[in-house]
Amino acid sequence: MKSLHAQGSKLADSQQQLDILAHGAATMDAFTLIPFQQKIEQIGLYPLQPTAMNIFQVNLGKMCNQVCRHCHVDAGPDRKVIMTRETMQQCLEILQLHPNFTTVDLTGGAPELNPDFRWFVDEIRKLNRHVIVRCNLTIILANKRFNDLPDYFKSHSIEVVSSLPSYTRDRTDRQRGDGVFEDSIKALQLLNSVGYGIDGTDLVLNLVYNPAGAFLPPAQQALEKEYKAALGKDFGISFNSLYTITNMPISRYLDYLLQSGNYEKYMEKLLGAFNPAAAANVMCRNTLSVGWDGYLYDCDFNQMLDLKVDCTAKHVSMFDATALANRHIVVNQHCFGCTAGAGSSCGGAVTQ
Amino acid sequence: MDNNHYYNASDLGKFGKIADYQQPLADKFFGWYGEVFADGALTAREKSLIALAVAHAVQCPYCIDAYSSDAYEKGYNEAQMMEAVHVAAAIKGGAALVHGVQMMNKVKEIAM
Repeated sequence: MKSLHAQGSKLADSQQQLDILAHGAATMDAFTLIPFQQKIEQIGLYPLQPTAMNIFQVNLGKMCNQVCRHCHVDAGPDRKVIMTRETMQQCLEILQLHPNFTTVDLTGGAPELNPDFRWFVDEIRKLNRHVIVRCNLTIILANKRFNDLPDYFKSHSIEVVSSLPSYTRDRTDRQRGDGVFEDSIKALQLLNSVGYGIDGTDLVLNLVYNPAGAFLPPAQQALEKEYKAALGKDFGISFNSLYTITNMPISRYLDYLLQSGNYEKYMEKLLGAFNPAAAANVMCRNTLSVGWDGYLYDCDFNQMLDLKVDCTAKHVSMFDATALANRHIVVNQHCFGCTAGAGSSCGGAVTQ
Repeated sequence: MDNNHYYNASDLGKFGKIADYQQPLADKFFGWYGEVFADGALTAREKSLIALAVAHAVQCPYCIDAYSSDAYEKGYNEAQMMEAVHVAAAIKGGAALVHGVQMMNKVKEIAM
């Protein structure tokens, strides 16, 4: 499987995705939903504004060893764009000046594929910030030079967050590619062997569930129990928390929805499950997202739709904390993904 | 719209509208329904699979639509879901067949 970009798909263009979200796929106004903006106006949340800026999420590039069917980044081995050390340096300067960013969340692609990944992590840790790495697990086994990642993570007290869409092989491989389940299990066992996810250590290993299909995640707490029981029994694996994340109707998941004829029903399902409490807790209110090229976004999804922050500080080189704190968060129809049911964020459900 | 049929998939989404004609009873029903399907002595997940089987036994297309999605969302796989349908079918088949004993009793009663 290739990325949409490599296939020359029209969905590789973010404007095309926004057009579909606004008007439907077939013809102009073939399918329209109530605008998200209007929906949050009704509950007094518009304009949506930040409540804090605690999480500095950095996308280190679209390069990845996997090609997952639902990937909102359209990442893959054929995507070469990655963050330069110069841009990383600009991020470090921002972190140094703004201690309010207590957590740095590194994502991709596979962030470890960026040749400056370890240098960047070393420098962030020198600034004494909590670091999350969104590790796809299989990268640990993809090449000898990554085999020591569990030890590296441990020595830098990194929190590891990894996708595993099911505790069964079938569903995992359907979403993430053949053989991914087996390698993910091996990688989880390696992380466990150095202490990650083990009671009594402070090495945090969290897993992420994404639905492998056109449906919403089940209740996070109940699913966590099932994961713990199944992974413990079948593979002796333990972990800390499970995050359930709703798939956003953008990029490759949008492509899947359109190809499978599920797009309209899925959007209606998201709208039908709109939860005002989840809307109040959306992650864009306490997160700032940095693209591989240094541009700033309200979240990783806006980043993929090329919807930059709505203020003067659009790039790390123009960082302005006041302007960013007072900005209006850019919303669009994909935002229904974060407000459905128990809500969804990079840290899982946002309501009980 | 073609109305010359009894079932319409979009009607499932209108289930809540039954309250338009009788609010207090609908409130009681939906409140009770929600509690029935919450985690209890059985998990919500287990209840979903029971509901899927019962949906087939009562042959309710709305219920089959709802609980095929719900059971799959809650992590059951295709084989497990089909086995649940077989359980429903086996009970329905068995229910018909066990009455064969009643037939035999009657025949024995009247036959020379």
